[in-house]
Amino acid sequence: MIQRQNDKPLRVEVWRGTANGHFQRFDVPRRENQTVLDVVTEIQRAQDATLSYRFACRVGMCGSCAMVVNGRPRWTCRTRVAAVVGDGDALKLEPLRNFTVVKDLAVDMVAFFDKWRDAKGYFESGPQPAEDFAVVPPASPQRQAANEGIECIGCGVCYSACDVVAWDKDYLGPSALNRAWTLVNDVRDQAQAARMQAVSQGSGCLACHTHMSCTNFCPKHIAPTYAIAGLKRAMMRRALGGEA
Amino acid sequence: MSAKLFIAQRLSAFVLAFAVAIHLATILYAVRGGLTAAEVLGRTRGNGIFLAIYVVFVIAVAVHAPIGLRNVLREWTAWRGRSLDVALALFALLLLALGLRAAFAVYAV
Amino acid sequence: MMRASHRQPGFVAATLHRLSGIALAIFLPLHFLALGTALRGADALDSFFTATNTPLVKAAECGLVLALTVHMTLGLRLLAIEFFAVRERTLAVVSACLAVTFAAGLIFALNVH
Repeated sequence: MIQRQNDKPLRVEVWRGTANGHFQRFDVPRRENQTVLDVVTEIQRAQDATLSYRFACRVGMCGSCAMVVNGRPRWTCRTRVAAVVGDGDALKLEPLRNFTVVKDLAVDMVAFFDKWRDAKGYFESGPQPAEDFAVVPPASPQRQAANEGIECIGCGVCYSACDVVAWDKDYLGPSALNRAWTLVNDVRDQAQAARMQAVSQGSGCLACHTHMSCTNFCPKHIAPTYAIAGLKRAMMRRALGGEA
Repeated sequence: MSAKLFIAQRLSAFVLAFAVAIHLATILYAVRGGLTAAEVLGRTRGNGIFLAIYVVFVIAVAVHAPIGLRNVLREWTAWRGRSLDVALALFALLLLALGLRAAFAVYAV
Repeated sequence: MMRASHRQPGFVAATLHRLSGIALAIFLPLHFLALGTALRGADALDSFFTATNTPLVKAAECGLVLALTVHMTLGLRLLAIEFFAVRERTLAVVSACLAVTFAAGLIFALNVH
């Protein structure tokens, strides 16, 4: 890593502790093409080995390094410092909101993934799985709808950005509902009635207020808001007598 | 929010989309040159079509508004449960009664 | 610092939608009561018009026209997204909703006496 000359060091405020904690200030040298994750790693290796954070792939594949960077949830590995601080030198790093903080920048993802389960966000082959491959035409509307949401890697950025999650702890959240919508559009799936029931309860898709934060912040450019709108339509069709 | 309430609120919203558009146009038209009761009532009384529109409007409002308030109260306050539902059902009835009375006062007779 | 999610046009839209809805719900029973005075004849309604012919009431009426229009236009946006599967550019759509709202408010304010 090449240190940039003539640059003032970054002033980094890092959350320390759990729900009760404080910000700790670190000065970190600026470097060429430095990402926010590089900054966190440098702090942990060179200044304070007790700093806890989570990462794995460093290249936007795994979704484990998401944090709130200067007020906005992001993947730290795919966020260049220069893009966040602009002309300034202040960086503020917090753990994802709406999650239980384990320590410092690491959060507990259990409640988040429990909601995937509660939304029946998994494929159900039924009591008698098909013997042969299903033929799903790539151009069919269902396949297209599923394609739009299928790339979610469960990083929790949308869940952290969602106000409805903050207001209603039981709200299934954009990620789980998006996953459910991809499965509603999976023509092979055998648990559609149960899934629609799961996502139609009080803290399911109906609770979404279309704030669009999930859609605006998703690093994969998925639009959970529109997936949730799809669930609302499917729920309406079922409730008004038609089959979804 | 339960599915039934959600559907009731969205369906009433469709009705209101038309009703409010008509109502706004009426307001912006009627208000020109000031309001006098004789002028307003002369135009409205005995107008069966508008009476029908406003009766539908009032019914849609009486469905729509209490459900919306219920969501707001449940998200922004600690009030929920049966007392909330009863209070909002009474609010719906109040809107319905006062609204129908007003519609008849202005458009019927 | 304001949350990043609160600086989004979608959040602003939802907040305006909610606050205007609350205002309308509070106003409606009073509006109905006022119109109900017409049951007692044109004179009763006229005396109500006279009693409320003050700058404060006119300003409040402008506010109600704004509330009604913004609640309707933002509501149409929601219905379009939820039931007609419209993909929007939120900032542009919400701006258009607000533009229509201010237009209605202006027409009302310029014409009311």
